[in-house]
Amino acid sequence: MINARGPRGRGATGARTRQPASQVLKKLWKYLARYQWLIIAASLLSVLANILALLSPRLSGAAIDAILPGSVNFPIVIRYVLLMVLVAALSAGLSWLLSAMMIRLSRSVVKQMRADLFNHMTYLPVSFFDTHQTGDVISILSYDVDTVGASISTDLTQILTSLITVVGSFSMMMSISPVLMIIFLFTIPVSIMFTKHRSQKVRPLFSARSRMLGKLNGYNEETVSGLKTIRAYHQEDEFNDRFATHNGDATTATWRAEHYAVKTGPTVNLINNISMSLVSVFGSVLYMLGGITLGGVSSFVLYSRKFSGPINEFANILSELQSALAAAERVLGLIEMDVEPEDAPDAADVIHCRGEVEFRDVSFGYTPDVTVLHDVSFTASPGKTIAIVGETGCGKTTMINLLMRFYDVSKGAILLDGRDIRSLKRSSLRRQFTMVLQDTWLFDGTVYDNIAYARPDATREEVIAAAKAAHIHEMILSLPDGYDTVVTGSGSSISKGQKQLMTIARAMLLDARMLILDEATSNVDTRTEHLIRDAMLALQKGRTSFIIAHRLSTIVGADEILVMDKGRIVERGTHSELLEKNGVYAAMYNAQFDHAGPAA
Amino acid sequence: MRTLVRYLKPHFGHMGLQLTIKMLGTVAELFLPSLLSIILDECAPSGNMAGVWWLGLGMVLSALAACVGNVVANRMSTSITRQFTYAMRRDLFRKVTALSAAQQDRVTDASLVSRLSTDTYNVNNMVDRLQRLGVRAPIMLLGGICVSLTLDPVLTLVLIATLPLLAMTVIFTSRKGVPLFTRVQEGQDHMVRKVQENMSGARVIRALSRTQHEREAFEEVNEELSRRQRTADMTMAVVSPIVNLVLNTGLALVVLVGAYRVSVGAALPGTIIAFLSYFTIILNAMLSISRLFVMYSKGSASARRIEEILLMPEDLLMQEAPAHDSGAHVAFRNVSFSYNKHYDNLSHIDFEIGHGQTLGVIGPTGSGKSTLLSLLMRQYDPDQGEILLDGKPLPSLTRDELHGRLGVVFQNDFLMADTIRENIRFGREVSGESMQNAIDCAQAGFIRKKEGGLEFPLNVKGRNLSGGQQQRVLICRALAGDPRLLLLDDCSSALDFRTDRELRHALRERHGQATTIIVAQRVSSVMAADKILVMDKGRIIGMGTHEELLKNCPMYRELTLMQLGGEAV
Repeated sequence: MINARGPRGRGATGARTRQPASQVLKKLWKYLARYQWLIIAASLLSVLANILALLSPRLSGAAIDAILPGSVNFPIVIRYVLLMVLVAALSAGLSWLLSAMMIRLSRSVVKQMRADLFNHMTYLPVSFFDTHQTGDVISILSYDVDTVGASISTDLTQILTSLITVVGSFSMMMSISPVLMIIFLFTIPVSIMFTKHRSQKVRPLFSARSRMLGKLNGYNEETVSGLKTIRAYHQEDEFNDRFATHNGDATTATWRAEHYAVKTGPTVNLINNISMSLVSVFGSVLYMLGGITLGGVSSFVLYSRKFSGPINEFANILSELQSALAAAERVLGLIEMDVEPEDAPDAADVIHCRGEVEFRDVSFGYTPDVTVLHDVSFTASPGKTIAIVGETGCGKTTMINLLMRFYDVSKGAILLDGRDIRSLKRSSLRRQFTMVLQDTWLFDGTVYDNIAYARPDATREEVIAAAKAAHIHEMILSLPDGYDTVVTGSGSSISKGQKQLMTIARAMLLDARMLILDEATSNVDTRTEHLIRDAMLALQKGRTSFIIAHRLSTIVGADEILVMDKGRIVERGTHSELLEKNGVYAAMYNAQFDHAGPAA
Repeated sequence: MRTLVRYLKPHFGHMGLQLTIKMLGTVAELFLPSLLSIILDECAPSGNMAGVWWLGLGMVLSALAACVGNVVANRMSTSITRQFTYAMRRDLFRKVTALSAAQQDRVTDASLVSRLSTDTYNVNNMVDRLQRLGVRAPIMLLGGICVSLTLDPVLTLVLIATLPLLAMTVIFTSRKGVPLFTRVQEGQDHMVRKVQENMSGARVIRALSRTQHEREAFEEVNEELSRRQRTADMTMAVVSPIVNLVLNTGLALVVLVGAYRVSVGAALPGTIIAFLSYFTIILNAMLSISRLFVMYSKGSASARRIEEILLMPEDLLMQEAPAHDSGAHVAFRNVSFSYNKHYDNLSHIDFEIGHGQTLGVIGPTGSGKSTLLSLLMRQYDPDQGEILLDGKPLPSLTRDELHGRLGVVFQNDFLMADTIRENIRFGREVSGESMQNAIDCAQAGFIRKKEGGLEFPLNVKGRNLSGGQQQRVLICRALAGDPRLLLLDDCSSALDFRTDRELRHALRERHGQATTIIVAQRVSSVMAADKILVMDKGRIIGMGTHEELLKNCPMYRELTLMQLGGEAV
């Protein structure tokens, strides 16, 4: 079996320490605050609904008081019965209105939370996406957000209703018999203390549940994305075994939380039932002493049941609230995650740039202790083509990451038209680049939309012209719906090379001053590559271009070739200069013609 | 639902016990109002103080029994749910891993992910709540009705008369609810897809300055999901008020009818008071039951989505088929295949390779090279023709015969957020020696220089390695199992030429006995192969050795000229 404990343990909010409940509630209130009018209206409605609900025992009590063996006062009974029906109809109407309002409120909050989570993600540094499992994030966006939402829609109304019922029943009981109220002086504090004690114990268990479900989901999402490989190696059983560990952890965490939480309700119920027993015993004693009518005892008992109902509810809600708090903590953990450092306050917009790029003594490491680029310096004049070559892992892609400000340099500076790119707004800097990466990314949409992605205003003619230039037009026409064929996530009927050509067509639509080609044609066959060469050259024309490629044929025409090794530039010059030098580059170049070398 | 009910079957015994305990607790609770009514109707009016105390004590004891019974039963039900959910998730996951590629394409990855997560969670909640409240509420309802029947059958009948109306309301709404909740779950699928896209395309989206667009696109998905949730919630929200209204009207009738009964001397006012207590129990039970139906609608929408996967027919079944031994290791016999059944991705592919031979496959983008490998691994079955491994048609082979000692590297292959060792091992037994050999052969010496070497943890999708390093880890995986059949799909596109050459050299030295199929863009990667297929538009347009193809395949000749220069030809 695969060792299930690995470095995969990083949860989306794993590093966060637990926030105190008051903090979490305060932050949640921010979401509710913008609906405060709705909440106030809902509170008023629920006061009304509860007053109505409280009226009905009074009404039935009054009706019963009019029912005496032998002398039933029918007119009074009928009057109260009609009032009861009226009150019931009104309270049903109100409670429907109330739940409609709460649904609106909770759905709006849930929607807002999801939007905030997603929007926040678009500001997170790209490293976030390298270290967090998609499934874990999905888990936050689905169960955690929904748990919070469910808690708002049900718990908030119930808390409101309960509070009002408690206060209402309390005053009603006070008006009937203050003496009997002494019983509650004992039972209420006991209920409160018990509930408080339980919720403190239960919350960490709910946190663990949310975390474990997130981890399980992270594993699921990852495995689903690798099913093809798992099938190829026939390792289904092993991945199922590993799933068993995650599944066990998640179900156990859920069980532990529930196991403790289920004790709260019945125990509080017990306290309430004991107080009801006490009420009936002492009520009878009081009746015998002539201090109360039988109808009075009956109403008191009914109110005490009404009273205990909400307290009971309250206890249940408090335990459910713990699960909502635990979920909210994970939601907030992601929303509060540090974003890409903000643009400097005086950051400038790049409107027109000439496209002069300078790396000045740039050093960089993804982690402070490992430097992957050492004192890299070079200048790309406007319109020139810079090729970067070197063994894999020598820091080529890192240079692109720095240029696009996915990361900022640790030392030195990168200048665009003489200005440090850190003094520019990220979004406007990135707009100056057109980029084709080796990692082809297509989304679930039509071929047309995928090509026009970066320029939604492009005309159909422009899109087709770009597709033709990238030599993908004919292939697109052969698809079942041509340009309107939907590219699905797995999209097995479109090959990797074809996807690359589509992303090249996408780039061709963009008009930016600078171009980055990072292994843009690595999966395209040489013949097609040859066919699109003119288009690629046209793409480079007038643009400052950075090209990373293993196929040296694509870079022979570069104005300057930088040969990298272990994060340093070891050779630089034009193709012919470097060949003359007969150094690292010459060896690499000659290797591709070394067809005497054996194949596998 | 039927399939999922099967998962509860092993727990029926426990559930029975749990139900009994719960029932005892609930009955104990039902004693409370009876004792109360005796205290108020008999003891209090007659001044029987001792009776009041004893019955009061009885009430406290009943309350205790109710509490213990409820806690014990609830705990039992959480344990049952735990086992149920564990088994259901396990089988769902097992089935997901057993789906064929075509089935996976049809359901889509996003939907599989949401079925594994929110759908199982919804079903888990449903089963848990149904057990906890599903026993209590009906017993409270039935018990309340029974006890009130003994108190006064006529009054009880008044209440019972409202039940059909309530049943209709509940059943009608929950029937309407299921399709609405199904739509909610489909909305979840869309959201999952959007998040997956954005997480995998974060760099591209930023580079193209399209974050604003993506936010808007998410907003649409989010809006749609919220709208569906709201519709479902609003539909279910009518149930409680209706139940409340109908029952309260029933209660008013009870008081009225009670007044007549008292006036004719058929009942006592105390009976009506006790009746009112039971009524509260009955009302709460009915409300609980109606809420259970809401939960049931939501759960059963999800349960159906899970069952849809569980009940998918097993695809790519084994079939007995005669072997025709031709001595070849791999043979394609007139194979045609189409993904979308619209146009052929492969047509009339016919070739064979002997044991230990190397086959090179070269051709333009989209010419069907990768599809060829997919079919050979039986990710899909061909529409026409057959593929033989050791002379046996693929459908007649067990999964072990087919995939045992197979090494494969796909384009864009799968790396997990785990150590390099686990990524290479990939669940198989791999000795330390094979591991080291694989690393040497795949030119992956960089692994040893990483902090922790093989224990170096990879990020999600291996993103903390460069493209070339990722490819070499994948090659290590393919080689570590000492493969008899090695399939390499453009596995060196991110390697520089020297590394590529050394890799080929090492493969020949160390894995010369393995039958190898290399799909490549570079002529230099395939030129030394025993046989080379040149493919175009799903057909073989040239087959032979490098020298033969140079002579009789113009496309191959052209490729060679382009890549290796004039002197190579």
